[in-house]
Amino acid sequence: MKTDDLVSLLATGAGAVDVRAPARRSIAAIVGGALVATILMALWLDVRPTLARDATLPLFWVKELFCVALAAAGLFAVARLARPGAAPGRLESLAVAPILAMWLLAAVVLAAAEPQDRTALIQGVSWAECPYNIAVLSVPVFAAIVWAMRGFAPTQLRRAGAAAGFAAGAIGALAYTLHCPELDPPFLAIWYVAGVLIPTVVGAIAGPRLLRW
Amino acid sequence: MTDAEDRLRDLLVRGQAGDAAAYRVFLKELTAHLRAFLRRRLSRLPDEVEDLVQEALLAVHNQRHTYDAGQPLTAWLHAIARYKLVDLLRRRARTDALNDPLGDATEFLAAADNDAADTRRDVAKLLDTLPDRQRLPIVHMKLTGLSVAETARLTGMSESAVKVNVHRGLKALAAKMRNEA
Repeated sequence: MKTDDLVSLLATGAGAVDVRAPARRSIAAIVGGALVATILMALWLDVRPTLARDATLPLFWVKELFCVALAAAGLFAVARLARPGAAPGRLESLAVAPILAMWLLAAVVLAAAEPQDRTALIQGVSWAECPYNIAVLSVPVFAAIVWAMRGFAPTQLRRAGAAAGFAAGAIGALAYTLHCPELDPPFLAIWYVAGVLIPTVVGAIAGPRLLRW
Repeated sequence: MTDAEDRLRDLLVRGQAGDAAAYRVFLKELTAHLRAFLRRRLSRLPDEVEDLVQEALLAVHNQRHTYDAGQPLTAWLHAIARYKLVDLLRRRARTDALNDPLGDATEFLAAADNDAADTRRDVAKLLDTLPDRQRLPIVHMKLTGLSVAETARLTGMSESAVKVNVHRGLKALAAKMRNEA
């Protein structure tokens, strides 16, 4: 078939395309993934009984805001990288900004603390399970985001996979905050970030295979 | 060049809204840009150029819903053309055939080439290998030029099934092109 004939084939009867439908489907899928992660957290880990009391503490809201900022940066990158033609660089800085802010806050808290208290501020009581729990909770969200991205046309597959993992990790972390007993910034700066980075790395590795078209 | 950008963007946006005549002009002009872009970068694989032009055209068509009018069209087109080019080179594991860096997006619409070479693969033959439920709607609607309603009557499918099967058929065709190359 000559190229001119192919052009004619493609143009003939090419009706309107709904440019909004894929975005709508994606939002529904990601909300669904976040709900599954939250239900999983409630069944597997339990919502913390002292949650209502914690919600009166400013540091609880610092933690929530941190996870929301990470999730927003991740989802923005997902939306951008799902379509061909995203410029390099800016998306990464957006994702790194909340992490740097949390590191700064952690450094201030550690500097102000007595030396013998610092280990407790960093390790809390749950450092060993926190990254793992966040990574597990990110799984349903990651599946939803990958499904959503496949309805678009990502062209930078490693970057797109990493963005999917980062956003999924941040939403998993947000669900995990309803169980997690930790509020200290040094803990969040290390173990929450580690939990988000696990699915990010997995996404970067799996992206080329999961997202190619 | 920004003239080409504005002009093509206008044509594509009208095409997305259902203006088939504007969309035809868009694809025609895009073909020349794709050919110039790919010919320059595949100068050691000249026989691949026209096949890849067709593959990229089908990719643009299948993904036309992902163009957001707020975004530069040049960057969108360049990303798709580059993706298909890199995909081809990776498949052939012949990255040394590249004698020119892939270049940046801004130059994509700067050149056009209307001199079509022969293709090595025949899209019409690939089309014949699609299952009937996808092939027949494509033949009736897109080769014969029948309407959705006429195609639905001829094939006994509902109108929405006709549209879905045309869409799926063209996606399957794109996958076959990739696997054959």
